[in-house]
Amino acid sequence: MERVIKGLLLPACVLLVWELMARLGQLQSESLSYPSAIFAAALAVLLDGSLLKAAGQTFGGALWGLAFGAGMGILVGVAFGLSRTLSQLMRATVESLRPIPSVALIPLALLIHGYGFKLESSVVAFSCFWPLLIITESAVRGIEPRLLEVSHVLGFNLYARITKIVLPAALPRIFVGLRLAAAVSLVVAVTVEITANPMGLGYALIVAQESMRPDRVFAYIGWIGLIGWLLNASLLRVQLKWFGRMGNWAEQSS
Amino acid sequence: MKKTSGFGLWLASMVVLVLGVLCWQFAAQQEWVSPVFFPAPSRSLESLWEQFGNAEFWLAFRETLSRMVLGFVSAAVVGVLLGAMIGLSPRLRVYIEPTLELIRPLPASAMIPVFVLLIGLNDRMIVTTIAFSSLWPVLLNTVHGFKTIEPRLLEVSRILRLSRLEMIWKVALPSALPDIFAGLRLALTVSLILAVVAEMLAGTVGLGQNITLAARAFRSADLYAGIIVLGAIGYFSNILLERVEQHLLRWRAP
Repeated sequence: MERVIKGLLLPACVLLVWELMARLGQLQSESLSYPSAIFAAALAVLLDGSLLKAAGQTFGGALWGLAFGAGMGILVGVAFGLSRTLSQLMRATVESLRPIPSVALIPLALLIHGYGFKLESSVVAFSCFWPLLIITESAVRGIEPRLLEVSHVLGFNLYARITKIVLPAALPRIFVGLRLAAAVSLVVAVTVEITANPMGLGYALIVAQESMRPDRVFAYIGWIGLIGWLLNASLLRVQLKWFGRMGNWAEQSS
Repeated sequence: MKKTSGFGLWLASMVVLVLGVLCWQFAAQQEWVSPVFFPAPSRSLESLWEQFGNAEFWLAFRETLSRMVLGFVSAAVVGVLLGAMIGLSPRLRVYIEPTLELIRPLPASAMIPVFVLLIGLNDRMIVTTIAFSSLWPVLLNTVHGFKTIEPRLLEVSRILRLSRLEMIWKVALPSALPDIFAGLRLALTVSLILAVVAEMLAGTVGLGQNITLAARAFRSADLYAGIIVLGAIGYFSNILLERVEQHLLRWRAP
């Protein structure tokens, strides 16, 4: 309890000083606003439903991108993990595509898809593909070799080997990868919305900025942070529940 | 993996990459894929070659790179200094760490509207955004590096009667370096991404603006050329940082 109070002391002081300075006219309030106005704005966007609508759009884009990008990443990762030759052959290709910053693809995605969900989810998919590819590949490679020998002895075909041995054994680490990618997907979705896509939380931020409403800007930033934090916290709980100590081990080895 | 086969495998993977590009070239020439969305690689390379002879391109290149470096370096310096202070003082940590955890999940790009309101759409806004966003990975990793120092090392430095400054310089900093570099690598990625995003928004001369303009005018070959350049910046800056890390950590057993 004492830790919580001490932890809250700093943000509380910052908010208090901020409020006082703004009230006393020491800050340019047209660009910084003040905490009480920000809280009011945060409540207002929650009550008039615009927050929910924007969050839904952002989640939609992020989730589709995550599902597609992570799915592909896991598929390719399993293939690379099972065949070292394939992984080595594709190395130059992977190494030349991976360093491309995801945001550099926004204009291209805009050219291909126009505005909308597809623009957002394709960029999200690109950025979620790589972490899953790398984690899955190393997870598959780290599988106890005797398990794979067993599957040979049992005469499993490739499909059975993957679904019955490889995926279950690599699952804890793949889930850690998914959790990290989920955070990435939200960040990238918001970034795409800020730069180009007229929908979701990122666009709400831009609209607030362009209409010179710093209280709304900070309110949306607060909500975005809270949503990101909740997402990660709930995925951590799921990880703990499903994998228990396996999850901890996977966390450290990822 | 034997060292002798390393080069052969690398060559083979380059062949795969070249084959992939050739397939693309063929598909584009047969017009199986849209020349607007997927222009023939030869055209992109031609455009790249033309841009290399163009003073405007080099101006944009210099602008983007210098903003990125300026933002990254200031974030690195401030992040390591603050991180060391926080990491070495358990008393300070109790008050500051919870706040850091609150800020951690915030998407870096979400702060752009705040800086636009505060500073305006200009060069300083871009550098501030880059520095602010790259600060967090450095800071959080440095704190982690300094707080997880092996206690026995600290005991040894006490027995050797090292002064506090000597202890930090000779014991704590070297042992925290791997963590610091993990943070720096993240920050490098973030700084390139934010440089591109902020340029797209601010519309100042730079590589980010170049690709946006290319996409708007449907000059897709130029767009691909720009993406290649940004990928190359990501690739080579990462290699540079890796070299520095290897040099500074050469005392560690491989």
